[in-house]
Amino acid sequence: MPSALQYAGQFLVYTAIAALIGYFASFPRYEQFPEGQAQIKLSFAHGAARTQKCRRLTSQEIAKLPANERRPNTCERARVDIHVQLIVDDHTILDEKLKPTGLAGDGPARTYRKFIVSPGAHVITARLRDSRDTSGYDYETRREVTLAAGQNLAIDFKADAGDFSFR
Amino acid sequence: MDLIRLPLRFVFDRAERLLALFFPPAWNPLLNLGALGFFFYWVITVSGIYVYIFFDTGVTQAYDSVEYMTYDQWYAAGVMRSLHRYASDGLIVVMLAHIIREFALDRYRGVRWFSWITGVPILVMVYAAGITGYWLVWDSLAQYVAIVTTEWFDRLPIFGEPIARNFLSPDALDSRFFTLMVFIHIAVPLIALILLWVHLQRVSKPRINPPRGLAVGAMLSMLVLSLVYPAISQGPADLAKVPGTLGLDWFYLPLYPLLENWPGPVTWGGGLALLVCFCAVPWLPPMRKRSVAKVDLPNCNGCTRCFNDCPYNAISMRVRSDGLPFEREAVVDPSLCVACGICVGACPTATPFRRASELVAGIDLPDTPVADLREDVMKSCADFAGNNRILVFGCDHGVSVSGLDEKNVRAVPLRCIGQLPPAFIDYVLSKKLADGVVLAGCSDNGCHARFGTRWTDARIARERDPQLRARVPRERLRVLWAGSGGRRRLDQLLKRFGEELAAMPAGGTSIHKAGDRENVREPADA
Ligand code: HEM
Ligand code: SF4
Ligand code: SF4
Repeated sequence: MPSALQYAGQFLVYTAIAALIGYFASFPRYEQFPEGQAQIKLSFAHGAARTQKCRRLTSQEIAKLPANERRPNTCERARVDIHVQLIVDDHTILDEKLKPTGLAGDGPARTYRKFIVSPGAHVITARLRDSRDTSGYDYETRREVTLAAGQNLAIDFKADAGDFSFR
Repeated sequence: MDLIRLPLRFVFDRAERLLALFFPPAWNPLLNLGALGFFFYWVITVSGIYVYIFFDTGVTQAYDSVEYMTYDQWYAAGVMRSLHRYASDGLIVVMLAHIIREFALDRYRGVRWFSWITGVPILVMVYAAGITGYWLVWDSLAQYVAIVTTEWFDRLPIFGEPIARNFLSPDALDSRFFTLMVFIHIAVPLIALILLWVHLQRVSKPRINPPRGLAVGAMLSMLVLSLVYPAISQGPADLAKVPGTLGLDWFYLPLYPLLENWPGPVTWGGGLALLVCFCAVPWLPPMRKRSVAKVDLPNCNGCTRCFNDCPYNAISMRVRSDGLPFEREAVVDPSLCVACGICVGACPTATPFRRASELVAGIDLPDTPVADLREDVMKSCADFAGNNRILVFGCDHGVSVSGLDEKNVRAVPLRCIGQLPPAFIDYVLSKKLADGVVLAGCSDNGCHARFGTRWTDARIARERDPQLRARVPRERLRVLWAGSGGRRRLDQLLKRFGEELAAMPAGGTSIHKAGDRENVREPADA
């Protein structure tokens, strides 16, 4: 059996380990996002237009296809890039071409971006082009928002809704 | 690797001896790390079941149910919650220490690769369980964990839509994802338990329960910590906000700041590379293959002693195959044998009293057979004069016995102190090859080959076969379990013992009596 003195020593060891565990279970604090700032998160997944319009197959072309694959139209699978821009108070904070996903470039383009902005009133414009056009934007949304410190503004895009959503 | 291993070994040695000031050998936390791991596992399981009763698994209700436990039922569910957290942190502490210790003591290479490799998925699973656990509280830390984890997975080009989009805004939040986390948090520890069972397949009689004194201490310290400093949440998760400053659990989440900020190829590539290296550690470099134990059937009578004493389940008893009138024979599985020689120390035929031509043991290590051992003893004790001559049997992993240059001291090295058949002690003393015998090995309860010191103690105390004969004068035998850092103690012991021997009447007359186990033992360093 350990002596009283040894028990005292054990007590110290246990106390030290418990203190270590208690402390590192939540300290030192970690500032994962600058205090007093706000965040804009832009994210969407959206399939842009195909690189080429579908066209009718000629009768020779149809005849060449195996019987079970015969169809009147052929469509290019690949999609064009999406051009997306995010403008906060006249500063373009994002201007990017998003490639389609998928091996054949036929999947939706995706993005997930975070920006730190100062809190307060801002005019935010989000716009994108998903057509074969080479200029202009197919969708554009402009909002005036007032961001609180520590706020997370999510900007999503849903083609069905026809617009960017600010949440 | 030695460059890393040796300093670590030194640190563990020191820490172990420091703790030995307060803890009896059986209770020394550093000698019970695996067992403490199991202990924390069970504390986590019991507290987890209790907490689950009050936990609401819906993502919107989870936070409130945890708050209820912490504040309204602080005395029961709250304490359980704290225990659940702190025992999980304790598990990380002992598990990491366990890994580093096995590494430092070079107990992860050779045939021990199995224990190492099966440990790796356990390590990963313990982390997965802890991380999903923090997720379930659904406070702002959980939100951070959820977002960083999913963003990290999104850096792999395998998911269709980014899964982090589940946490884009409050209305994106999906209960199904949360339910998945609840499921993982329960399933992963269960799988880990199965793997722990596999982890222990190659060690016999694994120590999975800490001694009561240590268990009580560990439990009390976690309990007091839970009462003094209860685990609390960090404000409800709100996806419309970004939590600024957080209290990370640095035991489980130390890499999260890196996962968050470093590019995907670095974190995934680096993480994977680290994991591969970690798995490859037992072969960096591989252990020099030692010749494993070999059975010599004509000398084996099937007594099962080697089978009972092997620390690594390397021996099985099979039906006799050579026609000798014994029921069984010992068979060694070379892929399990660490070549510790403990089986040789157990074999009744490994006795030096046999004539030279006959000294072939039933089981032996081909590169250091008992015949050579006897040869070593004879050589060491030749031209040995005086009345205080001491022969030291020293295990390679314990105190180094090379360069013991007192003129009354000679040393014979062994693979493991358990390799020494007790008959050798009788032989040396009864043939008056020396006046006293000292056995030096690993620290008490910290034997490199797990059972060398334990079986040696039991053989001397006549509690386990082969027993040291009763006629051996115990006052002429000393046992020192001091580990590799115990040279100073060995020197002191040799000096004192030499003086005692010189003062003893010639020859030994005492007969073994109960309690001799304590009498031959050197007391712990004070
Ligand atoms: C919760 C986690 C773990 C627990 C509870 C645990 C438990 C144990 C136990 C009880 C033993 C037997 C000790 C004995 O009786 O001598 C053992 C041996 C061992 N463990 Fe673990 N272990 C864990 C994780 C790991 C990990 C992650 C690794 C390394 C990657 C590891 C490496 C080893 C090795 C190499 C041995 C063999 C020691 C020998 O051959 O003497 N363990 N473990
Ligand atoms: S040498 Fe050690 S591991 Fe090998 S069979 Fe003998 S006791 Fe078992
Ligand atoms: S201890 Fe020796 S005699 Fe007994 S079973 Fe093992 S090898 Fe055979």
